[in-house]
Amino acid sequence: MRELDVARITQAVAELFLEANYVIGTDVMDKLAQSQAVEPSPLGRMVLEQIIENNTIGARERMPVCQDTGLSVVYLSIGQEVHLVGGSLEEAVNAGVRKAYQEGYLRKSIVAEPLFDRKNTGDNTPCVLHVRLIPGDKVQITAIAKGFGSENMSQLKMLTPSDGVEGVKRFVLRVVEEAGPNPCPPLVVGVGIGGSFELCALMAKRATSLPMSRSHRDPRYKALEDDLEREINRLGIGPAGYGGQTTALKVHIMTAPTHIAGLPVAVNICCHAARHAEMTL
Amino acid sequence: MKKVRLPLTDEVARELRAGDQVLLSGSVLTGRDAAHKRLAALLEKGEDLPVCLQGEVIYYVGPAPARPGQPVGSAGPTSSYRMDIYTPPLLARGLKGMIGKGRLGPETMRAMPRYGAVYFGAIGGSAVLISKAIRSARVVAYEDLGPEAIHRFEIVDLPAVVCVDTQGGNLYEEGPKLYKQHAM
Ligand code: SF4
Repeated sequence: MRELDVARITQAVAELFLEANYVIGTDVMDKLAQSQAVEPSPLGRMVLEQIIENNTIGARERMPVCQDTGLSVVYLSIGQEVHLVGGSLEEAVNAGVRKAYQEGYLRKSIVAEPLFDRKNTGDNTPCVLHVRLIPGDKVQITAIAKGFGSENMSQLKMLTPSDGVEGVKRFVLRVVEEAGPNPCPPLVVGVGIGGSFELCALMAKRATSLPMSRSHRDPRYKALEDDLEREINRLGIGPAGYGGQTTALKVHIMTAPTHIAGLPVAVNICCHAARHAEMTL
Repeated sequence: MKKVRLPLTDEVARELRAGDQVLLSGSVLTGRDAAHKRLAALLEKGEDLPVCLQGEVIYYVGPAPARPGQPVGSAGPTSSYRMDIYTPPLLARGLKGMIGKGRLGPETMRAMPRYGAVYFGAIGGSAVLISKAIRSARVVAYEDLGPEAIHRFEIVDLPAVVCVDTQGGNLYEEGPKLYKQHAM
């Protein structure tokens, strides 16, 4: 049994949220530059150039690339041979979020209760925490700072098995088209297919944090990812929605076994400010 | 690239066309969901607003906190559609324009030409770059709302694009049409 003090998780979570908010990954930066080189729309090229410049200054000056520093989502994969000591895990994770948002000049965007008072908690907690047990004695942490301009454009639909591949495609394209300029394209589109209602959404969110170079293991789903990316980029929405051929930087699909009667599909839209960071303890 | 002074005059507003790239300088008000809700409540009760809107442009923004020595932290636009239900009455009170991102709803779209108002798009997620154009910030109303309070920003050369002009031209319709390659 390996002992791990939850204080280390607090520290790691704090560092990850600062990193995610200040520094856009090189994979996304490379993809933005590649898109800028081939984007036919002059306004589209200008937008991509401004985004690249913005992200460069953000990383250099340690300023959040977007003022919406997001709702904090944390995925913890905990090795079953790890014994966590030093206090409550959930409190430790939230302490890390609090530290990053208070010390790092990040915006606090969480209201304590969603409908009536909507009073800001003042420190961006609580985060949304997903915990999973895995073999081994390591703890993997993924931190996602999720802006709501794009979160608000996400949708889930319980398709039926007979809707098939065409049904899935139609739904994903419709979600992106309805979102139009609102979620700050170019986008990273996370698609969950299968599972249950909630697992499907969870996969879609998780998919937005995968590296740009990753594709689905199954060549049929990889082909679907590529197909969807191509089709989305033919919608014409373009960078910032001003028109153009760069609407999605990447489509990531995650899949899970599902019920004989169902075909759940979730589309989680992530803006070009794809902010996530990972660490293993 | 056109240089545009704010607050907007009718003459300047009329010359702008959807798709124009502009650099905005001068003075703007800020406001988003919570401040708009309060302004709308006052109008409904027939009470005075805490700020005069005549000729003003509202920037839909809730900035990140400023570091010491900075007037403001990262400060990109938020989605405009959430302010739609509040906007037509504010236009009737003299509001001349908005800076935001994303589509406006049908009612606001119909009201824009009626009041000769202009909608500027700033690039979402370009918040550090935009913050460099904001030279000073002070709260003018609703301090308790924190980043959502109504501020007055003095800006110099804030990069934007005209998305909706006084003639009803709409870049979010016209731009994508040029590049759309298939019908859904
Ligand atoms: S959608 Fe993304 S880039 Fe746009 S304002 Fe929100 S967080 Fe920022």
